[in-house]
Amino acid sequence: MIHDFNYLKPGSLKEALSMLAEHKDECKVICGGQSLLIVMRQGMVTPEYLLDIKHVKEMNYISFDAKDGLRLGATTTHREIEKSDVIAKNYPVLVAMENKLASIQTRNWGTIGGNLAHADPAGDPGPVLIALKGSVKVGSASEERVFPLDEFFVDYFATQKNDDELILEIQVPVPEPKTGTAYQKFNLLDSDMGIVAAAVSVTLNNDGTCKDARIVLGNAGPVPIRVKRAEELLVGKKYDEALFAEAGKIASEDCEPVDDIHASEAQRRHVAGVYTKRMLKKAWEQAMA
Amino acid sequence: MEKRLLKLSVNGEKYEVYINPKTLLVEVIRDHLGFTGTKRGCETVSCGACTVNVEDMSVKSCSVLAVQVEGLNVTTAEGLEKDGKLSDVQVAFLDQGAYQCGFCTSGMLMSATALLKENEGKTLTEHQIREGIEGNICRCTGYNSIVRAIDAVAQGKYKEA
Repeated sequence: MIHDFNYLKPGSLKEALSMLAEHKDECKVICGGQSLLIVMRQGMVTPEYLLDIKHVKEMNYISFDAKDGLRLGATTTHREIEKSDVIAKNYPVLVAMENKLASIQTRNWGTIGGNLAHADPAGDPGPVLIALKGSVKVGSASEERVFPLDEFFVDYFATQKNDDELILEIQVPVPEPKTGTAYQKFNLLDSDMGIVAAAVSVTLNNDGTCKDARIVLGNAGPVPIRVKRAEELLVGKKYDEALFAEAGKIASEDCEPVDDIHASEAQRRHVAGVYTKRMLKKAWEQAMA
Repeated sequence: MEKRLLKLSVNGEKYEVYINPKTLLVEVIRDHLGFTGTKRGCETVSCGACTVNVEDMSVKSCSVLAVQVEGLNVTTAEGLEKDGKLSDVQVAFLDQGAYQCGFCTSGMLMSATALLKENEGKTLTEHQIREGIEGNICRCTGYNSIVRAIDAVAQGKYKEA
């Protein structure tokens, strides 16, 4: 049973931010509500005010240019990302990720900003956007702030965003030349959340050695985890399956997964290692192509 | 709690209802307007029994606030029939026996309709059809006949000569 709330429907971003400034202590923001309504129905979240930004048109956009990269308005739906030609061309891993995010119905109504604000460690966009070196812009009525996404999540369902701030935009830089990015989650049904997931991005030098790498695990801890020890191991090295296996081993050590009904801690660690190894190989091969 | 006026269109008819803003779309459709073809199943965005189409786009009406469809066009299973004639997808479901207990059927019809509309004039692989109904669970596991029915429509077998 959803508790009663006062419904706020701003007509513009400016109005949304001023409503949020006024009611920040007892207000939740809803966009698609595909995660929020579930926890509201369970009585876990009982806001006095609900601020609905679903139809704030100026927050819904996809733009790309070769200098600044990709800009996604926070209320852009998962389906709009999945179907975007410019994203398919420049960030195919985002389309592949969205294609496996929940079901079509959820992607039709749920939004990228809402997903990141919800900060479920099993969310798909977080790890992939971190691998792509993405940032998130948040704003209140008085100021705007930009966080690299790998610093945005602080705990289960918690981010750096203050109660008077909205996520405004997701920013993804243009990938460097010779970069490959791959993502895979482990689950039983395609449309389920990942039991554990790995996103890997690799950038190569002209001589084929690794210039830079990002390895990000999803649902292997309270927030998406960067396996920095494995990232550092890769720099300067050449394509080598034994190296990928070593990186996978580090990933399985350097995470802190829970033990729950979906999988034991040991299984999550094992799969985190295997998927890191596989995605590293896949991203590296993309980078070489 | 103050009630709020919601104006929406369901199956081509305009409606105005006074609702508590926490009312879900499935509640407006079933309880206020009486379109009980739309089913309440899991209520956790999992099963797809409550699928309706908003502006030809499938959504799970158990997890959409009704106030968010203000001014939009909603289609339920009841709206697929036009002038006493079942839609192609409905006829194909009958021909292929794509029903067992029937609980998932309304939702399946809506997902199938959205999929076919989105891919009008294109061919669909079996894999694409199965992905198109990924958000709808048939607990009788009668998927094969459902996929056959959608495939038959996609292949133009129900086009009027």
